Amino acid sequence: MYAQLVKSDGLKSREEMSPEERAFQDRVDNGEKIEPKEWMPEGYRKTLIRQIGQHAHSEIVGQLPEGNWITRAPTLERKAILLAKVQDEAGHGLYLYSAAETLGVSRDELQEKLHSGKMKYSSIFNYPTLNWADIGAVGWLVDGAAIMNQVPLQRTSYGPYSRAMIRICKEESFHQRQGYAIMMKMASGTPEQKEMAQDALNRFWYPSLMMFGPSDKDSVHSAQSMAWKIKMNTNDELRQKFVNETVPQAEYLGLNVPDDKLAWNEDKQGYDFSEPDWNEFFEVIKGNGPCNRERLNARVKAWDEGAWFRDGLNAYAEKAADRRKAAPVAAE
Amino acid sequence: MSKKEWPLWEVFIRGQHGLNHRHVGSLHAPDAEMAINNARDVYTRRREGVSIWVVPSKDITASSPSEKGPLFDPAESKTYRHPTFFDIPEDVGKM
Ligand SMILES: [Fe+2]
Ligand SMILES: [Fe+2]
Ligand SMILES: [Fe+2]
Repeated sequence: MYAQLVKSDGLKSREEMSPEERAFQDRVDNGEKIEPKEWMPEGYRKTLIRQIGQHAHSEIVGQLPEGNWITRAPTLERKAILLAKVQDEAGHGLYLYSAAETLGVSRDELQEKLHSGKMKYSSIFNYPTLNWADIGAVGWLVDGAAIMNQVPLQRTSYGPYSRAMIRICKEESFHQRQGYAIMMKMASGTPEQKEMAQDALNRFWYPSLMMFGPSDKDSVHSAQSMAWKIKMNTNDELRQKFVNETVPQAEYLGLNVPDDKLAWNEDKQGYDFSEPDWNEFFEVIKGNGPCNRERLNARVKAWDEGAWFRDGLNAYAEKAADRRKAAPVAAE
Repeated sequence: MSKKEWPLWEVFIRGQHGLNHRHVGSLHAPDAEMAINNARDVYTRRREGVSIWVVPSKDITASSPSEKGPLFDPAESKTYRHPTFFDIPEDVGKM
């Protein structure tokens, strides 16, 4: 999802666990929250840093495809809405970096790892937003897919992560609805506008399905994360749920989901659908998607060119602190 | 370019309804004034608050998880501290 292919250790059986690990697992099983200073297995801590960090990076990099359209939004109201949405994503990134920091890593360290390519962000943000309908499709499908994964994560075992997810979920519904509202407008507009909406759906459908990560049969890292309750559902479960909820929404818009195999399956009470092209997915993850280089360059450029400003504020803060220290002496 | 990170601050917000300031999260800022400005943008975009406190995270002293037992267990047996401990006949009326 926003965190795809997060590496973790293999699942440990109860017999293999140390007494501390067993007590820890019991707490997780009982639904207790694990808090920052409490004992936790090293693997739990490391996997969480990778997962929360990757999630945070996705929120931050995710601003870029949408930020691309702020200056060109069709009305002042749409511009204000998109600006607010993108600002929310910055907030989401910050909540998540703070949560990761409680595990003993600093935000600057995490950003350094993003910029050097050691940490990833969601594959979805390596696709371009070519026209205004894409902004509708991103809110509807991308935020929609994110919600599928974030809602259950509100119950995750790690306290700070859970609290960040609760804040984020409160704000996500606005994101999806503003996107769908754009799609409704376009789909009921001129034939050209409707075609743009269809084209946006065509391009974003499979990349959105990829957001949930590879199929369970190829997903090696799930079992331990699920036992620790830092992953709440399997990739395929969430993908199925997303398809079930999204297809009727596409029908309402009068748009076609670009999948010939899409069909309601009465037995499983869900849709059968085609899998995305997993080769494409792994290529995008490796850095060969349509916008990988552009996205990373934009992040690095913003970070490097903001250095003088961050340093300036530090210098000002230090001088002001010195002045405060000196002031009582001067008054004597 | 210096590698100095902005320090971490804990943010507390008082909501609309006159309740206590409540911890909402943390953020980085070079000084207290910027921490308040950032807190406004990060934690009150939807009118969540009418007042903000920021405290340097390093100045917070927290109880240690290993003291959980000695600190909190003694209250467990003192159920008489709750009004529901006492049965008052209905005839007495509201109390
Ligand atoms: Fe978000
Ligand atoms: Fe998002
Ligand atoms: Fe969002």
